[in-house]
Amino acid sequence: MSLEDSLFGIHGKALQLRSQRLELLASNIANASTPGYKARDIDFDAALASATKDQGTVAGALDTAMGYRVPLQPSADGNTVEMSTEQTLFAENAVKYRTTLSFLEGRLNTITRALRGE
Amino acid sequence: MDKPLSIFDISGRAMSAQLVRLNATASNLANAGAVAGSEAQAYRAIRPVFQTVSQQPGIATVQVSSVVTSDTPATKRHDPSHPLADKNGDVWDAGVDTSAELVDMVEASRQYQNNVQVLNTTKSLMLETIRLGK
Repeated sequence: MSLEDSLFGIHGKALQLRSQRLELLASNIANASTPGYKARDIDFDAALASATKDQGTVAGALDTAMGYRVPLQPSADGNTVEMSTEQTLFAENAVKYRTTLSFLEGRLNTITRALRGE
Repeated sequence: MDKPLSIFDISGRAMSAQLVRLNATASNLANAGAVAGSEAQAYRAIRPVFQTVSQQPGIATVQVSSVVTSDTPATKRHDPSHPLADKNGDVWDAGVDTSAELVDMVEASRQYQNNVQVLNTTKSLMLETIRLGK
């Protein structure tokens, strides 16, 4: 177990994955009107499980957990971005990013207090 | 481009693409009432062509690969009193579908707003991350 993992536990990798997912969803939103664009996303649970197992990396986890979005109503130009879906997931992911941040904040406070010996 | 795309690149370039689209719509609407003396001179609606730019799977932004002239035909109108009328007394109205342009305008502005929202959210998340542990 690396130093980073023992300091931050699951939250370090979770934050990296949340940030990567934010980029994926931003790409989908950016391409909302590009004909033929296929929206992609990651299965977050699977990605986190893969990243936190032995010798697991964030990049490897992204590769294994990435998939294409199945549209609720396919559009005629082959674009599979649905604004309602993407925006909901983006908001959800942003909130969960904040949650992970506050977990990290708690860890950091604990460590700082232990170091000070108060 | 070697540097990996950040969310700021992704949304920023998507915003410029939507702006090109908004400009094209503005040109089309401005020329919607234009009259020409021949079919060849008549104004035709212009449209940007969007294309995905991607470096690694899933991370992609958008660019305008070209701006093409649409095939909406110019409409012939018989108006002998018009100063531009040809020898048959016909003039050509610009080939612009105004309702389609208005719909396009609303869609482009909505998507621009969506990208601004993405940027704002990302910016505040990044600032919160920087403040971590302070």
